[in-house]
Amino acid sequence: MTETPVGDRPPAQPESPSAAVHTEKLTKVFGSITAVDALTFDIRRGEVFGMLGPNGSGKTTTIRMLCGLLEPTSGAATVAGFDVKTQGEDIRRNIGYMSQRFGMYDDMTVFENLDFYSSLYGLGGDKKRKRMDELLDTLGLRPRSGQLVGTLSGGLKQRISLACAIAHHPAILFLDEPTAGVDPAARRRFWDTVYELAKSGTTILVTTHYMDEAARCERIAFLSRGHLIAIGTSEEVTKHFGQPTIEDVFIELQRRDEGVVA
Amino acid sequence: MTGSSWGRSLLWPMLRKEFIQMRRDRLTFALIIGIPVVQLILFGYAIRTEVRNLPTVVLDESRSSDSRSLISVMEQTQNFRIAGQARSRDEVRDWIESGRARAAIVIPPDFQRNLKRHRTAYAQVIVDAADPLASAAAIGGAALAASVRANAILDPRSTRSPPLDVRVRPWYNPALRSSVYIVPGIIGVLLSLTLLLVTSIAIARERERGTFEQLVVTPVSKTDIMLGKLLPFVVVGYVQMTSILILGRVLFNVPIRGSVLLLYVLSLGFIVANLGVGLLVSTLVKTQLQAMQLSVFFLMPNILLSGFMFPLDAMPRIAQWFSYALPLTYYLMILRGILLKGVGINVLWHETLILIGFATALIVVSVKRFSKTVS
Repeated sequence: MTETPVGDRPPAQPESPSAAVHTEKLTKVFGSITAVDALTFDIRRGEVFGMLGPNGSGKTTTIRMLCGLLEPTSGAATVAGFDVKTQGEDIRRNIGYMSQRFGMYDDMTVFENLDFYSSLYGLGGDKKRKRMDELLDTLGLRPRSGQLVGTLSGGLKQRISLACAIAHHPAILFLDEPTAGVDPAARRRFWDTVYELAKSGTTILVTTHYMDEAARCERIAFLSRGHLIAIGTSEEVTKHFGQPTIEDVFIELQRRDEGVVA
Repeated sequence: MTGSSWGRSLLWPMLRKEFIQMRRDRLTFALIIGIPVVQLILFGYAIRTEVRNLPTVVLDESRSSDSRSLISVMEQTQNFRIAGQARSRDEVRDWIESGRARAAIVIPPDFQRNLKRHRTAYAQVIVDAADPLASAAAIGGAALAASVRANAILDPRSTRSPPLDVRVRPWYNPALRSSVYIVPGIIGVLLSLTLLLVTSIAIARERERGTFEQLVVTPVSKTDIMLGKLLPFVVVGYVQMTSILILGRVLFNVPIRGSVLLLYVLSLGFIVANLGVGLLVSTLVKTQLQAMQLSVFFLMPNILLSGFMFPLDAMPRIAQWFSYALPLTYYLMILRGILLKGVGINVLWHETLILIGFATALIVVSVKRFSKTVS
């Protein structure tokens, strides 16, 4: 992806603080459950930021609030310098999002899906064609471009999702468990692409359950029951919990969680 | 910056996507085309067979060749089956009250005399109106027979003044033939069915499959999402309407007496009202199955209470209140008015205004709810 021009982004970049994502006591309450509880953290520009935590710890809810899919109950957040509460449309132009669930149209081909999303992101004419060619080639989707997305393998589905999410050179890319259910080779390839995106200046927020993936992030945040437990490099986090590896931290956290439930 | 602008409407890619999907979804496509044909044939022919062979008693006080030929023509319509002869009005009452006859043909003594003197000749058909379908059948049969007889009488005398013509016709109005009556109704019911069911399912499908979430994080506006979903079904609605009009004309000889243009214009209000309901349903459900169930729940009263199957006048008052709360009721009046009676906007403005009111209210409410549920 090194050849994708960084300076080609939509013009809506505001002069903003250095943080790509900034949250301040961000909170989401569903009925009697507090899914995300007063979350405060920053993601730096160009950073690969990992978000870890057991199922139900609030990772997806956080991402959904940052993408403007959910309205925060209280607190504040800015994404690419825009306020999630009032500037949703500006945010949507500047982010890419791959949801946990596969969100492409099964009954459309790879090409048609990419064409559709490129158009929705405001690309047209020659510019769109050029960008689509670029994505089909760099993500190895060219030979499948006429195939219905519903008939693709897991790894290929993930690649077309990524292609659609980055069609517009987003400043920030949100990846919610992008490699769930994908084979190791496809995972490696996916991460290579993610690193290249990061190298070209894209900020990346990724949630994962794979510890090797977590270790590849520059910084990670641990969430448990909606709280931010720890944030920092993987060394800092393991030290914080007095555990040898991230996996041990994770299991320790889960034990605590279950302890509360029992 | 060639060809790239955020300000441009994203409706076009939305529409293109819908049509790509519609073309791929062979089953839905087949249903959209197939439902009008199947329903038209089912309703059209089923109601015809159902009304056949009404047991009928005859009171022929004229006892003339003219009265006998009228009775035989009536029998030939197959709507009536002559079950017996009565000798008096009281006997006719007995036959019908006991259920041995569902209809009676009464021909007064002066029938032939009136015909001969070139006066209007009357005959009476009495129907057991407990069953509205039976009465529709009787009226249809009588109408058919009357027009056949009228023509037969007219032909040899065509050079002279018409004998049985003017005064009889209102009695024997062929427009009341049941298939003619039902086909315009099918247009209304089918439009409701397609617009409501397919629209709500199409939106619920996006939610269910997770594609909706992916759509909503793009810069496409809610308005474009909605229009992209709704407009293709306006086209589908007009295609269905046109195919029923053509089939109805070919198979059942349904007349198109009024302005087709007016019908298409006035149909828009009804179409928009139904898209509003479809959109509303889609905001109330999470899955396609729920969308289908809720749509059917909305459709049932439309089919039963709108005057599609049973005349409003035959309904109890409470049911009529429901009838007047349904857009379909007014649309049926417009359809039958234009197609069968050939009337114009000067007669139908009342129904038109009500439909516009329905459409506006439903769209406002459903768009509000839709915007809310998106985020």
